[in-house]
Amino acid sequence: MKKIVLMLLVFLACHSAVKAELTIEITEGVEGALPIAVVPFGTPGRGQPAVDLAEVINADLQRSGRFKTIPRADMLSRPTSDREVEFKDWRALGVENLVVGQVESTGAGTYQVQFQLLDVYRGQQLTGYSIPTTASNLRNTAHRIADIIYESLLGIPGAFSTRVAYITSTRLADGKSRLGLNVADADGHNPETIVTSSEPLMSPAWSPDGMKIAYVSFEGGQSAVYVQGVYTGKRQKVTSFKGINGAPAWSPDGRKLALTLSKGGNPDIYIYDMRNRKLQQITNHYSIDTEPAWSPDGKSLVFTSDRGGRPQIYRVSAFGGKAQRVTFENSYNARASFSPDGKLLTFVTQDEGNYRIAVQDLKTGVMQVLSQGRLDESPSFAPNGSMIIYGAKAGRRGVLAAVSTDGRVRQRLALQEGDVREPDWSPFKK
Amino acid sequence: MKKVLSLSATITLSLLLMIGCSSTPTTEGGAEVSEQSTGAASEMGAEGSEASTSAASQGEEWYGDPLENPNSLLATRVIYFDYDQSLVRSDYLEVIQAHADYLAANPQAVVRLEGHADERGTREYNLGLGENRANSVRSLMMAQGVADNQMVVVSYGEERPSAFDNTDEAMALNRRVELVY
Repeated sequence: MKKIVLMLLVFLACHSAVKAELTIEITEGVEGALPIAVVPFGTPGRGQPAVDLAEVINADLQRSGRFKTIPRADMLSRPTSDREVEFKDWRALGVENLVVGQVESTGAGTYQVQFQLLDVYRGQQLTGYSIPTTASNLRNTAHRIADIIYESLLGIPGAFSTRVAYITSTRLADGKSRLGLNVADADGHNPETIVTSSEPLMSPAWSPDGMKIAYVSFEGGQSAVYVQGVYTGKRQKVTSFKGINGAPAWSPDGRKLALTLSKGGNPDIYIYDMRNRKLQQITNHYSIDTEPAWSPDGKSLVFTSDRGGRPQIYRVSAFGGKAQRVTFENSYNARASFSPDGKLLTFVTQDEGNYRIAVQDLKTGVMQVLSQGRLDESPSFAPNGSMIIYGAKAGRRGVLAAVSTDGRVRQRLALQEGDVREPDWSPFKK
Repeated sequence: MKKVLSLSATITLSLLLMIGCSSTPTTEGGAEVSEQSTGAASEMGAEGSEASTSAASQGEEWYGDPLENPNSLLATRVIYFDYDQSLVRSDYLEVIQAHADYLAANPQAVVRLEGHADERGTREYNLGLGENRANSVRSLMMAQGVADNQMVVVSYGEERPSAFDNTDEAMALNRRVELVY
């Protein structure tokens, strides 16, 4: 496979030094990616926008591995609407689709963004929108445009205007660590730390409405599960029983959390009802049962258990009962979660001494190893099911990486400093 | 207990040597002798004259908290485990016995058993593994008469490594239970 190594050093010049941005590196692309040109948007009127929208859209499409974008230097003209387009020039460049648009200032910090997606061979518009936005939302508007382009050309929704939650760990000079729970745009921009602690933070999980994150914190010397409003900062302690309080997973309706508690003497799966605060025990086995995840229909859970000697994935009804083993291929399979359509599981598998990200087709049982690292972990599907983001190691450092569900596109996202791990991809914005 | 015996013998030897010398050796000098002559010491100590016996027992006694005695088995506060295992290796049974004896003799004392795992495998599973390790130590201590409320089990999984390399040695150092008084 052709190896495209493309470093997109993404940082805003005006950003403060405190905010460490993520670097995105596309390490492998797809043959036969769609050739597309995103022409720099026209900026009529006063009040020049601080964001180059075409550049953000271009980077999103490029990063997905599904598109081959045309460098600006190769463009013979820079049309800003379909009326200015000489289609034959673009055909000569081998471009199949063209994106043109304008960002017009409509007042103090407000803009109107227009764009058109054009089919170069038919010489016609495929889609076009006019979107009002503000200075602080320009990047997000660009991601939404990339989502629209992705969907109209590939038939599945784009996931560019989503976010990623992750844990960072920085070792301080005194030997202690500073842990952070962070959220950033899916392209690594706009990182914000929503929890800091000197004690371990683990297992962030977005609520289905994208408004809350459940996580594990060891503040106070013992694990507890918290739920925090991403945009309010308000939080609630959900469980702090004796022993392990871990692995929170939201039910698809957002009303319940599946989690791991060892208050009964060993780790078992429980379901906590957020409304009536009642706890229901789902598994009861002397082995380690942990890492629950809901099926998209909310009817069943998968979880990790070493009841057969080594960790494997099992499936159980959300009402409890007998668990069925799901994975059989390798001697270590753990931390499974469902694809948004419920057809695939992604999990960590031990593959010849390395821990790697795998997917398994639930119907056929066929497993495929997707990643190539030594210690890959915490896989999480993009809400459109196209990619899986996961934690990997670059030397001793934790980095984030992503791979397409078919294994053909790879990306690496690395924070400039410290350890980055446990990514969880947000749901679509509601 | 053998280690303790040979140690007291060592001190006996160094005291004998000190008595034998007309000069006044510095403490460093004494310590140096005892370190170098550990092997030969036990025999001589066993044959030690009556006159030196009282001096010897003075040397071996620890007047502070036994937990502070660097020569006690209680000074061992970390128990290491094999990969993906939570069984206590037999070479640590003596250490656990010593801690159990101490806790049984000091019912007001409380120990935190902090279980840890190496970086391999998933984080939440490793939390379970760390807890299993801590519980293994706890069960052995309970069998030796330690009260349940004298032990607090906490698992940190792989979240608090003590060694940061990805070598086999570093990972072995991270598969552990720490006894924290």
